[in-house]
Amino acid sequence: MNRENINKQLGRLPTHVLVIFTVLIWILPTFGLLITSLRPRQDINTSGWWTVVSPSPGAQAYSQFCSSCHGSNGSAIAKANLADLALVAKYPRSFTMIAVLNRQFNGKPHMGNVAMPTPQQVADILGYLKQQATGASAPRFTLNNYIDALVGYRGTNTYVADCQAGKQSPDLHCDASDLLNPRGMGRAFLNSLLVTIPATILPILLAAFAGYAFAWLHFNGRFLIFATLVALQVVPLQMTLVPISRFYAQVGLNGTFLGVWLFHTGFGLPYAIYLMRNFLGSLPRDLFESAYLDGASHWTVFWRLVIPLAMPAIASLGIFQFLWVWNDLLVALVFLGGTTPVMTYQISNMVTSLGAGWQLLTAAAFLSMILPMIVFFSLQRYFVRGMLAGAVKG
Amino acid sequence: MAGPSIRKVVRQQEAAPVPKVMKQGKVVPWLYLAPAILIMFLFIVYPMVNTVRLSFLNKDGTASAATTCAAGKPCWGVFENYHYALTAELDTSSPEAIWNSFWSSSYGNTLKWIIFMTAFTVGIGLAFAMLADRVRYEALSKAIIFMPMAISFVGAGVIWKFVYNYGSSGVQIGLLNAMLVALGRQPVAFVATPGWNTASLIVVGIWIWTGFCMTILSAAIKSVPDEIIEAARVDGAREWTIFWAVIVPIIAPTIVVVITTMVINTLKVFDIVYVMTGGNFGTDVIANRMYTEMYKNFNVGRGTAIAVILVVAILPFVYFNIKRFIAQEAIR
Repeated sequence: MNRENINKQLGRLPTHVLVIFTVLIWILPTFGLLITSLRPRQDINTSGWWTVVSPSPGAQAYSQFCSSCHGSNGSAIAKANLADLALVAKYPRSFTMIAVLNRQFNGKPHMGNVAMPTPQQVADILGYLKQQATGASAPRFTLNNYIDALVGYRGTNTYVADCQAGKQSPDLHCDASDLLNPRGMGRAFLNSLLVTIPATILPILLAAFAGYAFAWLHFNGRFLIFATLVALQVVPLQMTLVPISRFYAQVGLNGTFLGVWLFHTGFGLPYAIYLMRNFLGSLPRDLFESAYLDGASHWTVFWRLVIPLAMPAIASLGIFQFLWVWNDLLVALVFLGGTTPVMTYQISNMVTSLGAGWQLLTAAAFLSMILPMIVFFSLQRYFVRGMLAGAVKG
Repeated sequence: MAGPSIRKVVRQQEAAPVPKVMKQGKVVPWLYLAPAILIMFLFIVYPMVNTVRLSFLNKDGTASAATTCAAGKPCWGVFENYHYALTAELDTSSPEAIWNSFWSSSYGNTLKWIIFMTAFTVGIGLAFAMLADRVRYEALSKAIIFMPMAISFVGAGVIWKFVYNYGSSGVQIGLLNAMLVALGRQPVAFVATPGWNTASLIVVGIWIWTGFCMTILSAAIKSVPDEIIEAARVDGAREWTIFWAVIVPIIAPTIVVVITTMVINTLKVFDIVYVMTGGNFGTDVIANRMYTEMYKNFNVGRGTAIAVILVVAILPFVYFNIKRFIAQEAIR
């Protein structure tokens, strides 16, 4: 590497620093959520997620106050073997230990030149010693939060522990049926799927029909109707909620999947048709001409030619609509509510009214993010393409 | 946007060439269109008209809004719901009080959202697109900035509520407050403290939407021809000059589109506010206030009036979108 090259690399250093710094800021909140969702409840509420790899307060206090004499494993002084459970069990409370620490040994102060630990530190040390002696050190990571969130457990222990003790709440049965408990994220996951899949397929299918007509069929008002669609793309949902929920109340569609499917279809269509028409319109004309000359009907052309060729556009639209419906809160809140809770509804309920603990909230939030993340990272190309085609929606 | 006149383009487009072989009976196109048009009419057009009608009626839509006027107070007749929607949050005792209360009202907050969220998402998005263009790990770094677009506002709300967490008992498990304490400062209840909270919520919005702006602007930057940039370099222009004097003017139309899209998106912000504060502590925005009136206070008239105000605010951008669309069509 010559000097010029080094200078060039150095000149680009600020760029690297800025890019990496921004990326770190962007990923840190999500990373913190993931770590937190995997920690035991006790740990979450007593220390930040970034301390997860640092030693526990008990271990820190032990090495600060005790290990210089008792050794790192506690057995350096044979007469006072701190690794012996029988000895540790003599000090169930911290004040008995503090009394011992204040006593003199062989005419010298117990602690020598070392300062006395605070009562909290003594308690931490005792807890640490007990864990070490019994060999039952608490795990740093657990999947219990995810299990609790999935089954909708709301107790003070964990679902697994309660079930083993036979002390579960009356709405839980400790078998696979708990996954469908209406308070849990398992049921909400299923509901979200049931809402999202038809609400993704339906608008794409209708948009393919309409987009084909706009691109390749001749009729009066073609351009004016299409321009109207462009305007409809930006109509806010809020503008239509009330009349539609009143209409649904009359025909009994409130709280039904059909009602939500139709609503999402209505709002997905303007953008979907816009994208479809632009994509289909860019296909070569000869293709259609030769198909018609061969005597194919419109219907045949549509299914055999248009749909297969439109697959890239369908993929883009599918991802868009899928993420849109999966992540929607407002429509689910108004038309489904608590009768058939979807994931966003369940989480917003935990945040706003139930005041669920962080261990449940973080696990639930991550559960709701898994599927969108998979879709996003595996099909990012199509997502970006759909967005570049002019996304103004909602 | 000085394109051809709208009428001319419409006339041209209506007569747009469709190959002779494909002409068919008058009914066939409408069969393809009917399902989509029917659903859009039922779910967008008709309800919009109905919403406008309801905004002139009382809380359950049974009588004119004029009947809800309080005796001895100013009354706007059938526009009473609009009177309420526009003035109820304001303290009208003095001009200064109006000014102050405006900035903590849902309109003032929405305006803050529009200004700061648009500025930061477009600014950061543009800067990041430029910088990432020069590093080898461009795709990965862009995917990370873009990732929040894939998750729900509700999920993002939980993520950031945890970042902003305020531990009243002393232990700070929220990242920001732990950093403040480590720097020797007092922890702040970000979400509940007026002055901090709207800014805190806007940060969440910026975190979500920057990826959107970055992706679109990045595509625009990449489409700037290399020869132009090389020519500027040969002329001795510095990178900074090339950015402002060459790249920005070329991608200016895209920047305008991104800005208008962001303004429309920001006007409709609901989920973040609903999940993080419920509109309390002076963080309300128009879309959340509409939800509160409609589904918590069950006042249909007032709720729909706020919805209409929201649409009126969006109308200029609809006009802009249509003009842009027509200009595009003219060159297709």
